[in-house]
Amino acid sequence: MNRFEGKTVLVVGGAQGMGLASAKRFAAEGANLALFDIEPDTVEASAAGLRAGGHQVESMSGDVCVAADVESAVAATVARFGGIDVLVHAAAIVELKPILEFEEKSWRRIVDVNLTGVFLTTRAVGRVMAQRRNGAIVVFASTNAFFAEESNAPYSATKGGLVMFVRNAAMDLARHGIRINAIDPGIIDTRLSAALIHDPVAGPDYLKRIPAGRYGTPDDIAKVVLFLASDDAAYMTGEDVIVDGGLTLGATLGIDDLGLEGPGD
Amino acid sequence: MTGHPGRLSGKVAVVTGGGSGIGRAVALRFAADGAAVLVADIAGESAAQVAREITDSGGRAVATAVDVSDPGQVEAMAATALAEFGSVDILMTAAGVLSFGSATETDPQAWNRVIAINLTGTFLAARAVIGIMAKRGGGSIITVSSSTGAHDASPGNVAYVTSKGGVAMLTKALAIDHAAEGIRVNALAPGPTATPMLGSVMTEDEMRRFGEAMPIGRLARPDELAAAAAFLASDDASYVTGAVIAVDGGQTAKVGMTLADLGTIARQK
Repeated sequence: MNRFEGKTVLVVGGAQGMGLASAKRFAAEGANLALFDIEPDTVEASAAGLRAGGHQVESMSGDVCVAADVESAVAATVARFGGIDVLVHAAAIVELKPILEFEEKSWRRIVDVNLTGVFLTTRAVGRVMAQRRNGAIVVFASTNAFFAEESNAPYSATKGGLVMFVRNAAMDLARHGIRINAIDPGIIDTRLSAALIHDPVAGPDYLKRIPAGRYGTPDDIAKVVLFLASDDAAYMTGEDVIVDGGLTLGATLGIDDLGLEGPGD
Repeated sequence: MTGHPGRLSGKVAVVTGGGSGIGRAVALRFAADGAAVLVADIAGESAAQVAREITDSGGRAVATAVDVSDPGQVEAMAATALAEFGSVDILMTAAGVLSFGSATETDPQAWNRVIAINLTGTFLAARAVIGIMAKRGGGSIITVSSSTGAHDASPGNVAYVTSKGGVAMLTKALAIDHAAEGIRVNALAPGPTATPMLGSVMTEDEMRRFGEAMPIGRLARPDELAAAAAFLASDDASYVTGAVIAVDGGQTAKVGMTLADLGTIARQK
C-alpha cells in the first residue's frame, strides 16, 4: 500500500515507541516525516535511522506544553514540506502513585503534557490544515480513558479528557475538512509499560487478563494509526478505537497486577 | 471499487446481506482487496448479481440465498463456502432489517422478527464459522451494530436499537471467548448511510437533510463502511478485538440522535 505518497506527517512524541513505529510505517508508505520530541538526541537518532532508509525527515525537539515550541515545530514542518496532511500526537507521560501521596507539581506536569499538549498541537496544526481544508489528526488516548487502575489517576484523567477533547474538536474541525480521532492502546510493549511487561512475576501474571494472549507491539498500534489517518477512515471523526487485544472486555485491574505495594503494606 | 489489492489475497470471506447496501459494498471491497467472497443474501438474485459484478471484474465470488434467522440455512451457507473455496477466514454479518415503533407500538411478532434477523442471525452466522476458523488458526468476524443501539437509543426504534445494542455485546462476548483460537471479533457502528434500507423510509430530500445534520455534513457512503470492514478483516487490525468502531461522521460524538435528526424516521410506522 502507498496511501501516504507525498503527504506530510507530523509525529509528536515520534522519537520512540508507538510514535516512532507509526512514523516508520508512514515513511514506508511514501510520506515525508516531521518528528517532534522532548528528547533531542533520541529524536535525532530516530530521524537519522529513517533518513538512512531514503526518507525525507525533519527532526525537532521541544516541549509540547510550551506553545512557542509547538508553533515553531509546526512552522518548521510547513517551511520544509509546504503543509501538513496528518498529525499524530503520541507524546505522554505517566507516574504511578496513590492519589494521597501525589505531588501537585507532578499532577500539573502530567496534565500539561498529556492534555494541554494535545490542545496546543491540534490548534497549531489545525490552523495549517484549515488553509487547505483537509487533514487528519490521530490522538493517543488509552484504555485508561475508560477503565481505572490503582495509582494511576492523573494519567487516566488526562486520557479520559482527551477522548472528550477529540469528540468536541471533531465538531469544530469538521467544517474545515479536518477529521480527528483517538486511538486507545491497551498494554503495549513500550518504555512506558516496560516495568510491568518485563517484570518476571507481574508480566506473565497480567498477561492472563489479555484474551489475545500477548502484549501489544508498537506496530500493532501503528497499523491502526495509519488506518485512521487514511482515506479508508473518511467518514470517521470524533471517535476512538480501542486496540487492546481484548484486555478491557471483561478485565479489572488490581494493585497486585501492577507489581506495586498496596497502601497498607 | 478502489481498495488495497492483495491485502486480503488468499482469504475467503462470507458476507451476509451481501446483495445490497453496506453488505454489497463490503463484498465488492473484500474482492477488490483480493479475497474470494461468498455473497449471501435472502434475496438470492441480488446476491447473484453482486457475485457476477465481482467475477466480471476478475475476482472470485459465488452467491447463495440464505435466511440468517434459520439455523439450518446458515449452516448450509458455511458449508457452501467450504465446498467452493475450502475455508472461511472472514465473516461479515451485514444482514439486517430496520423497524420502527415504541414498545407499545411494536407487536411481539415484529419484535421477534427484528431480533431473529439482526441479533440471532449474527449469532448463528458466527457460530457456523468459528469452528472452521479455529481449525485454520484464526479469522476475523465483523458484525454490524449501529450508531444507534451501540451508543445511543433513538426515539420510536425500540426493536432495532435493542437488536443493535445486543450485537455490540455479542461481539464482545465472542471476542473474549474465541481470542485464544486466534479469532478477532469486532463491530462496525455505522451512522446513517445512503443505502436502500434508508431510502425505503426517506425521500431523497430527507436523506440529504439528514446527512447535513451530521457533523461531517453528509451521509456515509456504503464504500466508507466497507473500507473500515476491510481494515478490520486485515492484519492491520491484528491487535483489535472486541472493539465497536463508530463510522458515523461524528454523529455519536455530538449528541447521538436527536428528535430533530430523527423526526423524519420516527414518523414512519
